[in-house]
Amino acid sequence: MTLSASLLWLIPATPLAASVFGLFAPRTARTLPIAGALLGLVAALGLSVAALAGALVDPAVRATSDFAWFTFGAQTLRLGWLLDPLAGFMCVLVTLIGLLVALFSTAYLRHDPRIGRFFGFLSLFVAAMLGLLVTNSLLLLFICWELVGLASYLLIGFWYERPAAAAAAKKAFITTRIGDLGFLIGLVWLHQATGSALFHDGGAGALDAPTLARLSSTLLPGGWAVSTAIGLLLFVGAAGKSGQFPLHVWLPDAMEGPTPVSALIHAATMVAAGVFLMARVFPLMAADQGLATVPFHALTGVAVIGAVTALLGAVLAVAQNDIKRVLAYSTVSQLGYMMLAIGVGSWVAAVFHLITHAFFKALLFLGAGSVIDATHHEQDLRRLGGLAGRMRVTFATFALGTGALMGLPFVFSGFWSKEAILHAAEGWTVSHLPFAAGLVGVVLTAFYMTRLVLEVFFGKARGEGAAHAEESPGLMRGPLVVLAVAAVGLGWLGLPNWPWLQTRLQGGDWPVHGLGEGFGLMVVSTALVLLGIGAGWWWYGRVKRTDARALDPLARSWPAVHAALAGRLWLDELYAATVGRAFAMLARVAAFFDRWVWGGAVEAAGRTAETVGQVNRAVDEDGLNAGFDNTSEHLRGSGRRYAKAQTGDAQSYLRVVAIGLAVVGVLLLWGGVR
Amino acid sequence: MSPLHLCLLLSTVLFCIGLAAVLVRTSAILVLLGVELMLNAANLNFIAFWRYGPGGDDTGVIFVLFSIAVAAAEAAVGLALVIALHRHRRTIALKAANQLRG
Amino acid sequence: MSLLPWIPYVTFAGALLAYVAGSRSARAGRVVALLTALTGLGLALTAAAAFVPGRELQTLVNRAWIPELGIRYHLAVDGISLTLIVLTGVATTAAVLFSWTVSERVGEFFALFLGLIGGVYGVFLSADVFLFFVFYEIAIVPKYFLIALWGSTRREYGAMKLVLYSFAGSGLVLAGVLWTYGSGAAEGFSLGALTAAAARLSPVEGGVVFALVFFGFATLAGLFPLHTWAPTGHVAAPTGVSMLLAGVVMKLGAYGCLRVALPLFPDAFAAWQTTLGWLAVAGIVYAGLVALVQDDFKFVIGYSSVSHMGFVMLGLATGELEALGGAVLQMFSHGVIAGLLFAVVGRMVYERTHTRDLAELQALPLHRLIPGAAAIFVVAGLASMGLPGFSGFPSELTILVGAWRHHIPWALVAGLGVLVAGAFTIKVMQRAFFGQLRGPAESTQKEHAAEHAPMEPLTLPEKAGAALLIAATVIVGLKPDLLLDWIMPALQSPAFALTLTKGHP
Repeated sequence: MTLSASLLWLIPATPLAASVFGLFAPRTARTLPIAGALLGLVAALGLSVAALAGALVDPAVRATSDFAWFTFGAQTLRLGWLLDPLAGFMCVLVTLIGLLVALFSTAYLRHDPRIGRFFGFLSLFVAAMLGLLVTNSLLLLFICWELVGLASYLLIGFWYERPAAAAAAKKAFITTRIGDLGFLIGLVWLHQATGSALFHDGGAGALDAPTLARLSSTLLPGGWAVSTAIGLLLFVGAAGKSGQFPLHVWLPDAMEGPTPVSALIHAATMVAAGVFLMARVFPLMAADQGLATVPFHALTGVAVIGAVTALLGAVLAVAQNDIKRVLAYSTVSQLGYMMLAIGVGSWVAAVFHLITHAFFKALLFLGAGSVIDATHHEQDLRRLGGLAGRMRVTFATFALGTGALMGLPFVFSGFWSKEAILHAAEGWTVSHLPFAAGLVGVVLTAFYMTRLVLEVFFGKARGEGAAHAEESPGLMRGPLVVLAVAAVGLGWLGLPNWPWLQTRLQGGDWPVHGLGEGFGLMVVSTALVLLGIGAGWWWYGRVKRTDARALDPLARSWPAVHAALAGRLWLDELYAATVGRAFAMLARVAAFFDRWVWGGAVEAAGRTAETVGQVNRAVDEDGLNAGFDNTSEHLRGSGRRYAKAQTGDAQSYLRVVAIGLAVVGVLLLWGGVR
Repeated sequence: MSPLHLCLLLSTVLFCIGLAAVLVRTSAILVLLGVELMLNAANLNFIAFWRYGPGGDDTGVIFVLFSIAVAAAEAAVGLALVIALHRHRRTIALKAANQLRG
Repeated sequence: MSLLPWIPYVTFAGALLAYVAGSRSARAGRVVALLTALTGLGLALTAAAAFVPGRELQTLVNRAWIPELGIRYHLAVDGISLTLIVLTGVATTAAVLFSWTVSERVGEFFALFLGLIGGVYGVFLSADVFLFFVFYEIAIVPKYFLIALWGSTRREYGAMKLVLYSFAGSGLVLAGVLWTYGSGAAEGFSLGALTAAAARLSPVEGGVVFALVFFGFATLAGLFPLHTWAPTGHVAAPTGVSMLLAGVVMKLGAYGCLRVALPLFPDAFAAWQTTLGWLAVAGIVYAGLVALVQDDFKFVIGYSSVSHMGFVMLGLATGELEALGGAVLQMFSHGVIAGLLFAVVGRMVYERTHTRDLAELQALPLHRLIPGAAAIFVVAGLASMGLPGFSGFPSELTILVGAWRHHIPWALVAGLGVLVAGAFTIKVMQRAFFGQLRGPAESTQKEHAAEHAPMEPLTLPEKAGAALLIAATVIVGLKPDLLLDWIMPALQSPAFALTLTKGHP
């Protein structure tokens, strides 16, 4: 069974209906909204699979179905649906992960009184994301994009009683909206320049070749192509949603929401939107590639930002003590990899990594959720420890997810998708810096994940919660197992010598390499992963932490240098003085940057706006308003003065009359004499 | 000095006495009396001009009769006002009746 | 023929009836007012159902009134005025529902209220500028009494300021219209005759007269920097009247700009265009920033109104077909959304908590005390920040598209305004409704108090009014064609043709 393009709207419509149902169901009915949401997701998953099946019949065909939204003047805004393998794969991904997260949530939020509303929001989140995936119109994509932002706001701030959650929700909403402003401007510009917001419209769409040729050949002052400018504006939007430097600050805070929400945000629904947008409009982004005259290519900007983000996120993850925060920075870093891949021209590799990452990151977050639930909301890895024995399933699945994230060779999915990205970056002719950044990131990723696993699951329990932890219920373990299978196995869909996924996504010929061609790179990156694991083990594995209050070994490295100089292994010192110190310094500087410079920049911008607002208010009340008030006051004052003459005493009036009469008389007499 | 001049002189004196009363007395009744004096000074002029003027008709007398009638009515109204004032303010000082001041 | 010409008179009659009934029993007064409002809405919707969109004004009544001066009693309707008439019907019905708790001198209140609305209907129906002006003045006067007698915070000040601004504005308009009539030797006060007369003015004269008329109307529309009456007036007014002020009365000004100022003086418009556009975008951002730092809940909404009307004025200033349509759509959208926001602040929150101070509201867990109000405000706030799915999105989008075409920096600055709108809406939403009880001692005490004096849940009139307004904004947000199909042909009429071509760079 396949699904035709004209029926694609059913995919987002089913969760949307579930959402409406869940939000309007009476508050006392707890199970109804849950059942509705699960039903909606199952239906959407079925429809997505059908759609994907339809798309895979001939991957090169893009089935579209458009309709007019409204007409204004000479222009008609048309929206539409688009089915291609990219949309199909993403739909299956989103509905599958959404379903698993929803199942997990039924157990995770079992004590929350507002669980019904939670499922309503969750369905809305998934519905908005699905709408974003299957649309053929940049405008409809923007609309769903905004709804995704709205749903994330509602979910991050779901526990709005906690000030941190309310603040995080606000921060996420505002920060992504800054990006959305770029998106909106890009959208309006594109619409003006092409007269259509449709992607594919039989040659007239914004992504069809004739339009692209026109866009890239139209030059702005300074020699920039119009397509470059529009592409970069759209990228601003994508950077906001996908947590790219310097708009990444909201993402680590967003873990204030319930953990399943973090899993959803970090895996499938929110941050994936930016990468998906870039993949969708890739022809536009790449339209200026062939032009030697333009001073700047849109993709170069994407690559640079992606590389910076990949490195920054990884460095920051090293210094975090909150289990979810480590994972959040790791998401930032991985998203950087995806953007990097798009920047160097391989959007297929980016989407490949997006898919594998979605599974293993959802796994890691849900695993973290399982730990947090079992330890009565303990998230500080210094107070965890020793959970490997008590939570066997959680540990095993978490370890598999870790392996995938690190990119352990050959078995794990993350390895193949990351290889694809690194391979593309290696071949990028403009600069080798992104490639280098990617390699450094590999080491760091392995290092911080080793640290995380060692601190959480090994050693001895260092807190009440960890000491009495028990394995989570079956409804939480089940999704973990399913995700773990996917985290391991999915990479086999896109082997270099059997690029099934790539061929389908590309919709045609994808170069098939033997395993031998990229073998050198594989060896290098494997070595780097092992280096990171070794370093992690060096600091955290050899001597297990025994006391929650003990200093982080990495932070202790400064005095450790002296101790080593006193007579320990020289190798120790070499490591600590170079790599370790550099690591620690880099991490601290980056944490400082993140906390003070970028956080501070957002803060400062807010403050500035507030100050300007205060000044404006002063102008309004004392300046513009004062004119009006003064005039009125003058009128009133003069009225009061004249009223004084009105004494109410009849005789004084008469006296005035008499004086007047006398004066008139004198004048008349005088006149008479003359 | 002709009788006409004498009459005019008398009426002028009467008028001035009345005017002074109106302007300076505080009691409403005395002010009313002053008004009557001024009115009668005018009446005296009418009669004087009728009697000693070029004459021919009775206009002057008729005017005076009207004037006396009006003055009677006016005095009645005026006294009623004074009584009303007294009722409200327990005084007949004109200063008390200044409710219309600004 | 349609029953539309009777709308103002039905409303005036309803005003008299409400006065009589309200002096006997408050309930009767309310019911009469509600029935009158519903009749108006019903007539408007019936006319809308039978409406055939066309380019020309469709004359309903046209007879001589003061023949010596060529003044005619000429009522006509096109897509633009029909949109606003429907808006007036919706806003009035909701405003009556949210005035249900007015208990002092109910008869007088609803009489003045409906008198104001009758004037508004009249303005939207008039095709003769003199008649337009008469109805316009009828609408101004009741505002003063409504605010000064039933208002709150500094009500005399607010009322006086509002009325002085209104009269100053209408004085400018009258001066401009009479100037055109006299100097251009017009045959009458019909739009056509005045357009012909305006064309006979010298360019300099035309520029001055256009400024008189446009800024006169724009005062009522809250164009920066003539906006300062709006926040104080809105805050001082009782809830139902705030809803009408923001929802309908500000539209009178914008409608006057569109219907009278733009078609009459196409050349002068082109000369003034740059100034107008910058004033509009300045108003959008400026009012948004001011709203960001207000401590009074209602002031935030008042300034947001100014910010949103800035979009209307921007749409007018571009002189682009799309943006003019967007401006009319935004008039509708803002009328509904601002009404809803004021209803939440004034009726749902203030009448229950007796405070509008955000610092005090922040200390109350309002989301738990009145969850319905919180939910409605979240919806209204989302609509207000222009989220897709609500009417604000298509209208702001079309205005931005038009602004982009005319002058790109306008679109950029206005886009910034959208961002600021999001910021202050989120901020006020969290401060007002999702506040925290601070400090354990205070917390238990307040919690205790809150449990012992639970707030009255939303009443039926409140729910009905909110449902009506939300339905209006969502329907138009999902299917803007409903209104644009009326609006766009009207803008393509010959009356606007010169404005559109001259306004184009």
